Amino acid sequence: MAKVVLDKPGEAKEPARIGVYVCHCGGNISDYVDVAKVAETVAKEDGSVVVSKHLMFDCSDVAQQEMIDDIQKLKLNRLVTAACSPKLHEATFRAAAKRAGLNQYLTYHANIREQSSWPHSDDPHGATEKATSHVRSGIAYVKSAQPLDVLRSESTQSVMVVGGGVTGLRAALDLARMNVRVYLVEKAPYLGGHVAELASTYPLGEKGIAIVQRLVSEIQEQPNITVFTNAELVSFKGYVGKFSVTVRMNPRYVVDRSPRFAEAIEACPVQVPEEFDHGLTVRKAIYWPRGPTVPHLPLIDLGLCTRCGACERLLGKAVRFDQPPENLELQVGSVIVSTGFEDYTPALGEYGYGEIPDVVTLPEFERMLEFGDGSGLRHNGHAVGSIAYLYCVGSRQKPGEATTPGSPAHAYCSRFCCNATIHNALDVSGRYPDVRLYHFYRDIRTYGRNELLYEKAGRAGSIFVRYTEDHPPVVSQRDGTAHVTVQASILQNEAVDFPVDLVVLVTGMVSRENRSLNEMLSLPIGPDGFYREVHQKLRPVETNTAGLLIAGTAQAPKDIRETLYSGSAAAAKAATFALKKELELEPFVAFVDPARCSASGKCVAECPYGAIELREQGDFGKKAWVNSAVCKGCGACVAVCPTEAIQRAGFSNDQIRDMIRALGVAEEGA
Amino acid sequence: MAAAGFEPRILVLSTNAISDPGIDYAGSGHVHYPAAARVLRFPCSSMIRPEFILHAFRSGFSGVLIAADGGDCPYLRDCPERTSRRINDAYALLKANGIDPSRLRMSGICSVCSEAFAKHVKSLYEAVQKLGPVVPPGA
Repeated sequence: MAKVVLDKPGEAKEPARIGVYVCHCGGNISDYVDVAKVAETVAKEDGSVVVSKHLMFDCSDVAQQEMIDDIQKLKLNRLVTAACSPKLHEATFRAAAKRAGLNQYLTYHANIREQSSWPHSDDPHGATEKATSHVRSGIAYVKSAQPLDVLRSESTQSVMVVGGGVTGLRAALDLARMNVRVYLVEKAPYLGGHVAELASTYPLGEKGIAIVQRLVSEIQEQPNITVFTNAELVSFKGYVGKFSVTVRMNPRYVVDRSPRFAEAIEACPVQVPEEFDHGLTVRKAIYWPRGPTVPHLPLIDLGLCTRCGACERLLGKAVRFDQPPENLELQVGSVIVSTGFEDYTPALGEYGYGEIPDVVTLPEFERMLEFGDGSGLRHNGHAVGSIAYLYCVGSRQKPGEATTPGSPAHAYCSRFCCNATIHNALDVSGRYPDVRLYHFYRDIRTYGRNELLYEKAGRAGSIFVRYTEDHPPVVSQRDGTAHVTVQASILQNEAVDFPVDLVVLVTGMVSRENRSLNEMLSLPIGPDGFYREVHQKLRPVETNTAGLLIAGTAQAPKDIRETLYSGSAAAAKAATFALKKELELEPFVAFVDPARCSASGKCVAECPYGAIELREQGDFGKKAWVNSAVCKGCGACVAVCPTEAIQRAGFSNDQIRDMIRALGVAEEGA
Repeated sequence: MAAAGFEPRILVLSTNAISDPGIDYAGSGHVHYPAAARVLRFPCSSMIRPEFILHAFRSGFSGVLIAADGGDCPYLRDCPERTSRRINDAYALLKANGIDPSRLRMSGICSVCSEAFAKHVKSLYEAVQKLGPVVPPGA
């Protein structure tokens, strides 16, 4: 390995000695682009090009070694590679330059595959000219490139997890076991989110609350996890390694333990539908949350409380109506957002929902299964001897099919619901073997091992009836009985009528609104309303804000197993920041030449991140100054500066002009 | 009228996170568009100074397409508004310099908008082909 000598600041002033390496990419490039001609043309027309080659694979070890040897033997001080998209291999060649002792930012990676050979495979001459042009712009870039140092920033070795569902619990636990300090913040008064509601989870039939309790009991053994329930984020600033987050702990108005909670709850005269049971049961204004809660106290719903004093008389000083919210400012190095999903709520009248009493959703039915009193399955005052499941309600909608006003159509498949429904049917068959079960579906997507559940449900007596999306089933009510009329595919769409005791709408997942959180954290949201990762495959839990990670069903519909994978993945990613004392950041930030700055303040006003301020700078007086740790490098400030005093490192205004000029060069004979 | 055989060059100003991947996606899908379109990627279209656009026309380009992020911009929520302001300033600058502002176009290109990108390039290419070079030969 070559000795590594870091660049001196003066190096950029030496005349450029450039090496150009044009890649064949097997034939992906060279089948359409005359790579030899590209290499030859740029060498001929520019004296700074010391060596210009075309290689079979620029990214191969052999080719990289050839570049390193050339840099060292020929004293090259700039490197231009022309190959695939920089998204794939820019980092590869920067690393090669670094190994050769060259500053990694004195390089340019020209895109001549995705942006030349492939789109212009119909025009080899044009593709060759364009590739030449892109290489010329790379040469122009490196000529005035300055060596840059990566930015270093101190790393706070703690992580905040926002959302205490199973994903957040999993992430918190994994991080704590890596000795990382974790703050877990949950808006609801209890942990476990939707999973806590599930009567039986596939494939093993475990109760949802049991899964939650197992995670929570493990968390309770970790001294380095602090859990906040009934709490939310109210401010967020900073950058990776050094976020400052304010958490507001909302008051519970019950501040101390008491042996008389049960009596006090009994005494409360207010009754409202219990959200946890989807309104199928009631709770009081003072109530116990239905999942694990920290601290272990009931709370008073002040919006509903009539201040009758009944609980106060029983609980004395344990009730404090003047308990204020408490703000806590915490320093963390990264944040995992695992805020979960909402159940799709069918529109009024959608498959009879809200109009026909025997129509419920799958999440509601999950709760109903928990209320059994041993006298069989009952609903709405009658025994349930038959159930119709209607699949894909609120999922796989076509544009314009949205049933929620103002919401885009839910074009996606919600992924968990076929499995959950078939498992639910097996659960019902196990509990109530005489209940007849009909499944009305478009497609069954019991992917992976869940396919076995599908087979099992069929053997257990479930009847599957397929319809096409053009002929959805119709739910009606006649003589007090719900009817599902379906045009069955297997009968050439002949309509068949099924009178049933209960219709279960298999509703999917929709994104949570969480507007204030989304704006506070500048979270990227995809067209489906869920958070969007930087890259589906390569960077599946990251956002464009370094250190701000996403996990679970806040990102996309997932089942429990999958959401736990993503919780662990986000924990691993957070650990890559939290386990380091110092972080290295890309140096592509704005910088100010104070001698040129007219202190117009335009850049300060333009920056949405508050990265720029006017501050005293010695002899220059009050001039713009960039906090490079806060700057995201968008360059918006560059466009508004009246004197070009503020520019972006690694992409200066002169570089841009030189590149445009180089791209504009006409080919001979053109 | 256009000079016979005039082959215009188009400068596409893309963005690193969104539209450049969209242009890559066109390439991966072998979606064809005129090779006369050269690409320079910016971090965000809000960085484009109007003078850069004038400079492009003076450097031999007959058309400029800003492949903006639209609402997908990872940096700026109001990126489309900011970019529109830059474009409006650029229109004024082009007019002041005797360049037909219709040679400059902006379109939001998402990271998978390959067909849309190809369509916009073709359309601008055809439009500027009719308009002819910015400075006609011999002028």
